[in-house]
Amino acid sequence: MNALKPHLIRLLPQFAVLIAVVALISLAFPDFLKLQIQNGRVYGSLIDVLNRGAPVALLAIGMTIVIATRGIDLSVGAVMAICGAVAAASITSGHSLVYTLALALSVGMLCGLWNGILVAVLDIQPIIATLVLMVAGRGIAQLITEGAILTFNDPGLIFIGSGSFLGLPMPVVIWLVFGIAVTLLVRRTALGMLVEALGINRRASTLSGVSTGVLLIAAYVLSGLCAAIAGIIAAADIRGADANNAGLWLELDAILAVVVGGNSLLGGRFSIAASLLGALIIQSINTGILLSGFPPEFNLIIKAAIIVLILVIQSPRIRDLATLFGRADSAEASVKQEAK
Amino acid sequence: MTLKTALASATILAACMFGSAHAADLTVGFSQIGSESGWRAAETTLTKQQAESRGIDLKFADAQQKQENQIKALRSFIAQGVDAILVAPVVATGWDDVLTEAKDAEIPVILLDRTVDSSEDLYMTAVTSDLVHEGNVAGKWLVDTVAGKPCNVVELQGTTGSSPAIDRKKGFEEALAGNDNLKIIRSQTGDFTRTKGKEVMESFLKAEDGGKNICALYAHNDDMAVGAIQAIKEAGLKPGTDILVVSIDAVPDIFQAMAAGEANATVELTPNMAGPAFDALAAFQKDGTLPPKWIQTESKLYTQADDPMKVYEEKKGLGY
Repeated sequence: MNALKPHLIRLLPQFAVLIAVVALISLAFPDFLKLQIQNGRVYGSLIDVLNRGAPVALLAIGMTIVIATRGIDLSVGAVMAICGAVAAASITSGHSLVYTLALALSVGMLCGLWNGILVAVLDIQPIIATLVLMVAGRGIAQLITEGAILTFNDPGLIFIGSGSFLGLPMPVVIWLVFGIAVTLLVRRTALGMLVEALGINRRASTLSGVSTGVLLIAAYVLSGLCAAIAGIIAAADIRGADANNAGLWLELDAILAVVVGGNSLLGGRFSIAASLLGALIIQSINTGILLSGFPPEFNLIIKAAIIVLILVIQSPRIRDLATLFGRADSAEASVKQEAK
Repeated sequence: MTLKTALASATILAACMFGSAHAADLTVGFSQIGSESGWRAAETTLTKQQAESRGIDLKFADAQQKQENQIKALRSFIAQGVDAILVAPVVATGWDDVLTEAKDAEIPVILLDRTVDSSEDLYMTAVTSDLVHEGNVAGKWLVDTVAGKPCNVVELQGTTGSSPAIDRKKGFEEALAGNDNLKIIRSQTGDFTRTKGKEVMESFLKAEDGGKNICALYAHNDDMAVGAIQAIKEAGLKPGTDILVVSIDAVPDIFQAMAAGEANATVELTPNMAGPAFDALAAFQKDGTLPPKWIQTESKLYTQADDPMKVYEEKKGLGY
């Protein structure tokens, strides 16, 4: 427990915001917290938040690592569209489910490899390097689907989008398992620390013997893999690949999730769990707005207002103020954490 | 020499005869916006089919969503001296110059499915659908179907601020006006997409007592309805029975849903805009009748009684 304590303190602001958002929605809409078992699966708005948040949560996992390397990946939304289109095209032309999934995931990683090579080998700034695929990717996806929504009826592929496992929707299971797996991978090995070192000072890391090039490429490949999983889920959910709209603007939501999770866009220290909480905060706001019954013209304004509020609360100045006003104990704790 | 002359005059005579036998050998230029959606692909396919069945020589130009390409295409049609020009304008403004050039060359121009902000005497007619009327047809169907019983309606709007969303909402509300048994209890945007249609419907179902309060769904396009139908099924309800589903566009996939009893009605936004345009053109060529400045296409209502599987098979090949 003591070993976990610093991690929990790191996640405290995100937990507090998530609880505040959920409490706010439940005030307006009491049934928000209601969960029931229906058709052998848990059913309720909270499950909807976890389920609808799946694509952004998955993207946020990869985005966290990329941002920790002081990069950014704008192409994830387009890669989602490509991988969804590849999966739909492959399954409708009669390939097996395993082959389809392997193909779609490999295409996603290939997209990541492309980004990684542009950034790590050719030294192009990440925002420009990934912008290339962001623009071109949707066109590639449209070429694959020939401009139409490519629908499929394969029960296996549909299961990934709307099936359930242990009472939870499959997308939720997938992002939880994948999030835990990546966290263990980077935190139980030295990888996480190396990524942070690379993000803070690439040259210093290279000089101390870290193969920063490989690490950088791997970060973008991971991001591509996350986008591929998200793309498969998005296509499976609606039983069709919609190249025009799948993953549209989700790269921005993923970046927002990472930022709301308290990670710095300047790279360095990161927390995947905090980004996932950030994704849940964003999705809670989305679902809350839909439940509230406001006219749609207000959707974006409400969302923006809440997010500005969250970011203001997280800003260093406001934190300093909070410390001044008698939260000396928590300040002490954070100082201790810094010292570690 | 004489043989040659005879042959030549015979050919000319034959050409004249065939010419009058057909609707006249017309050459028509068609400047399409590009391939922005399945509907537009279907419009292109149908325009080509219509031209072929009438013996019209159609010159097709794809503008790839750029007005400059459309203007270039129009100028090239004028230079080739075509008999008429069809254009689906990508934007509403900036057409005055090229339309004047066509007018000076005495080539009639017909606008398809969108209009322009130019003076009316610069084009012959515009063939478009009436978006308000589409919403009206959907609303009337619902009013007639529930026949006086109380009914709570949820609405999936198109992209906020887009003209189809505004007009289809307006038309539907007009049809419902005066029928106090029908109430729109929730209305939210689904951005015309399946994903958002499904997500928003999920929230409607949660907010309205698991869907027990909802008697009908009105979606501004079929794609959102298809997404919503999945949400209704996953909530353990029967779309089409527990919740009536009416939407607009008539894309092939909604006919599959209607055949399965999961959707009830759709209003067609016909991709056959060229048919009425060619009819108007034929009448003009024959005796100079000028069509009205606006030809409204039919907003046909399809229900489960209209053999949806057959319509699906017909529409499937059009490139939707």
